[in-house]
Amino acid sequence: MFEKKHIISMRDFSREEINYILNCAEKIEPLARTGTDILHNKLLALLFFEPSTRTQLSFDTAMKRLGGKTLSLSSESSSMLKGETLADTVKVIEGYADGIVLRHPKEGAARMASELSVIPVLNGGDGAGHHPTQTLLDLYTMRKESRLQDLDIALLGDLKYGRTVHSLAYALKMFDANISLVAPEELQMPKYIVDDLGGVTITNDIDEVIRDIDVLYVTRIQKERFPDPNEYHRVASSYRISSDTLAGVRDNFIIMHPLPRSDEIAPEIDNTKYAKYFTQSFNGVPVRMALLVLVMAGNI
Amino acid sequence: MLEKQKDELRVRSIKNGTVIDHITAGSALNVLKILGVKAGTRSIVSVVMNVPSKKLGSKAKDIVKIEDRELNSDEVDRIALIAPDATINIIRDYEVVQKSSVELHDKIENMVRCPNLNCISNTNEPVTSKFAVIYPLTLRCLYCERIIKNNITEHLI
Repeated sequence: MFEKKHIISMRDFSREEINYILNCAEKIEPLARTGTDILHNKLLALLFFEPSTRTQLSFDTAMKRLGGKTLSLSSESSSMLKGETLADTVKVIEGYADGIVLRHPKEGAARMASELSVIPVLNGGDGAGHHPTQTLLDLYTMRKESRLQDLDIALLGDLKYGRTVHSLAYALKMFDANISLVAPEELQMPKYIVDDLGGVTITNDIDEVIRDIDVLYVTRIQKERFPDPNEYHRVASSYRISSDTLAGVRDNFIIMHPLPRSDEIAPEIDNTKYAKYFTQSFNGVPVRMALLVLVMAGNI
Repeated sequence: MLEKQKDELRVRSIKNGTVIDHITAGSALNVLKILGVKAGTRSIVSVVMNVPSKKLGSKAKDIVKIEDRELNSDEVDRIALIAPDATINIIRDYEVVQKSSVELHDKIENMVRCPNLNCISNTNEPVTSKFAVIYPLTLRCLYCERIIKNNITEHLI
């Protein structure tokens, strides 16, 4: 079903395909601790043209748990500094490896790479664009820790530049989610995406929705988005999640965060039953293992 | 009778060239832009704007006549983007030798520049811009997935 396919955008997947991937991740999850040799002798190239420790480590771990090996190229590599195009890099690397994970600052970079490459390309995040493996691990976490169908969810924080929330919102709509977008006006989700999603609730006040949701998905509000540091502190503190914020939430309520976080979530929340962000981070490994096996070996 | 009809014509018939009819009212100047007609153009070009159209119901239409030039398929595809009801009449020696409707393809290539400056199609990578065409007329960049809904003309290459 997925052999030699590229993993570029959530728009490429149907609901059934997403469920299939999540089922495979569930099946493979025990091996995320013990390891296996399904991809023995396979080589995965990790091309990271902008730093992303977490995604890179997660893919590295996933590949090694599958018995495969990885090779890494970063933006400081000499060919990049000599001005080689991404297209040339991809054509060279496809001769070396069996799969490519690409993280690039330009949106659509992974799509272009997939057009050029005969080996599967997995989008590890492109600019403010898509990050499908993050979305799939988010969906996996929701399905395990809450539910996926007809979910009541609030996305909070930087919804304008936040890489993960755009493709997540799109995927959630496929499962008929009831989505609330909670952000200060200057960081609200771009109108063209809101129009594309259709039927979302927009607010700047978390209190309006916190008691009516199953999942609160928090993203980092980045300091560099604000010209005035005082304005940043004002906004960041008004969106900080503390025990007080969570008064009266549903019994099955959970909090997720793609990490890394600054201080959006008070540390006191970490030890509550609501905090699922570290589980979510771990889930990146089985989900990426499932994807790597599907595109490089065909089935699980 | 023929004389009377000729009298009613706002613009005279052309001998050779192309008549672009049923252009969405208000889009004639954008059609000229697509055809590269501007100050200094030597061809004879006639533009009629806001005339009643039977084909478009009660809506008005624009017409562009360009003499001694037959449009190529690339130009016709671009016109389809801004005037999806347009018809193209190729005229030779006062006769319509070919009449066709413009056709909007599901995918367009190298016609529209992505408005997202951070899109890979706006870099020095060897890649041409590609958009999916969705109805009602909306374009989605096949690389960064940015949507263009309004002012498509502004983004024409």
